Amino acid sequence: MPTLREVKNRIRSVKSTRRITKAMEMVAAAKLRRAQQRVEEAKPYAHKLDEMLSHLAAGSSSEISHPYFEEREVTKRTLVVIASDRGLCGSFNGNILRRGDEWLANNAHLDADLVTIGKRATDYYRKRPCKLSASFNDWGGILDYDRVREIVAYLTDRFVTGDTDAIDLLFTRFESMVRYRLSMESYLPVARPEVSDDDNGGTSLEYIFEPSPEQIYSALMPGYATTKMVTAIVESLASEHGSRMQAMSNATKNAGEMIDDLTLDYNKARQAQITKELLEVVGGADALAG
Amino acid sequence: MFTLSIVTPEKVHYEGEVKSLTVPGTEGYLGILSNHAPLISALKPGKIEFRDANDTVQILAVSGGFVEVSQNVATILADAVEAADDIDIERARRKYEALRNRIYNAGGDVSSDIDLPSARLELEQAANRIKVYEDTH
Repeated sequence: MPTLREVKNRIRSVKSTRRITKAMEMVAAAKLRRAQQRVEEAKPYAHKLDEMLSHLAAGSSSEISHPYFEEREVTKRTLVVIASDRGLCGSFNGNILRRGDEWLANNAHLDADLVTIGKRATDYYRKRPCKLSASFNDWGGILDYDRVREIVAYLTDRFVTGDTDAIDLLFTRFESMVRYRLSMESYLPVARPEVSDDDNGGTSLEYIFEPSPEQIYSALMPGYATTKMVTAIVESLASEHGSRMQAMSNATKNAGEMIDDLTLDYNKARQAQITKELLEVVGGADALAG
Repeated sequence: MFTLSIVTPEKVHYEGEVKSLTVPGTEGYLGILSNHAPLISALKPGKIEFRDANDTVQILAVSGGFVEVSQNVATILADAVEAADDIDIERARRKYEALRNRIYNAGGDVSSDIDLPSARLELEQAANRIKVYEDTH
C-alpha cells in the first residue's frame, strides 16, 4: 500500500496533467474550427476548376498538350508525405508513416525518393534508409499560400525537367469531425480531364476560346496544381487538429478516471491509518487498565 | 438574366442572378448578356462589373483568373477579387510606389534578386486597384 503522501502527490501531478491536456484539447478545437472552415471554403474553387478543365477538354477539338499531362515510363518516382509538425495527435502520424513505408517497399525497384511536409515525417524518414529530396517543416498549424506555391513550383519543376517521372501525394482527407481517411493520390502527371457529355445534355458545346486553348491551359494548369496541393494541406491540417483534439479529450478523460481511482486509494489509505491509530489507542488503554 | 458565380480559392465571393456582366479578358473587355455563346477566357487584372437583379451595379477589382460562360451560367475563377468599396486606396498607392521603385532601381541589372515578371504583375495589380477605386469614387 503506497503511503498517504505518495498518493497525494500522484493525484496532484495527474491533476496538473489533466489541466494541460484539457487546454490542448481546447486549443486544438479552436484550430480545428478554423481549419474546417478553410476546407469548406476551398472546395467550390477546386470543384469549379475541375469542371472548367473538363469543359476545356470537351470543347477544344485538338488533343490538349501541356507538360503536366505528359505520361512517361516511370523509372523515377517521388512521394510527397504530408504529416504534422507536432505530435500528441493519436495515431495520425503513425498511420501516414506506415503507409509511406509501404509505398517505399512497393517502389523499391525504382529510383524512389521522398518529399516531406511536416517535421514528424521529416524526422522519421531522415533516420531511414531512403532518399529524402526536400522537406518543408514548421507550418505552425496553419496554411501559408506562399509556401504552398514554393512547394508546387519545386515539384512541377522537377517533373517538367524529367528529374522525376511521377509524383504521388500521401495525406489525410478530412471527411468529418470524427472521420479521417488516408489518401494516396497521383499528383503528376495530371490525368487528362474526362470529357463528360452528361452536363451538356449529350452534345458537346462549341466553346469560344480566348486566347487559344493551349494558352488557357498553360495559364490554368499551375493554378490547378496549386489548388490540389492547397486542398491536400488544408485537409491534412484539419485532420491533424481533429486527431489531436480527440487524443487530448481521451487523455483528459483518462486522467479524470485515474484521479477518481487515486482518490479512492487515498481515502482507503487514510481510513486504514485512522483505524490503525484507533487500535493503537485502544490497545494502549487496555494495556494501562490491565 | 443569367447566373453568375465569382469564386476565389478563399471563398465564394458572389452567387446570384445578374442582368449583365463585363470582365477583363486577356484580349480586351468582354460584355456578357443572357444567352451568350459558350466561352472560356483567361482574365487579366481589371474591373469586373455586373448589374444584379435589382439593377444595382457592382464593381470589383480582379487580379486575374478565368471566366467560363455556358448555358446561361457564368463562372469566374479569380485569383483574388476585391469590391471597389473595400479597396484600401492608401495601401494600394503605397504598394504601387514601392513596386515601381523596386523595378526602376533594378533597371537592367539582371543580377538583382527581384523576380521581374512577378513584380511587374504585382505592379499591374496594384495599378488596377487604384484605377478601379478612382473610377468609382
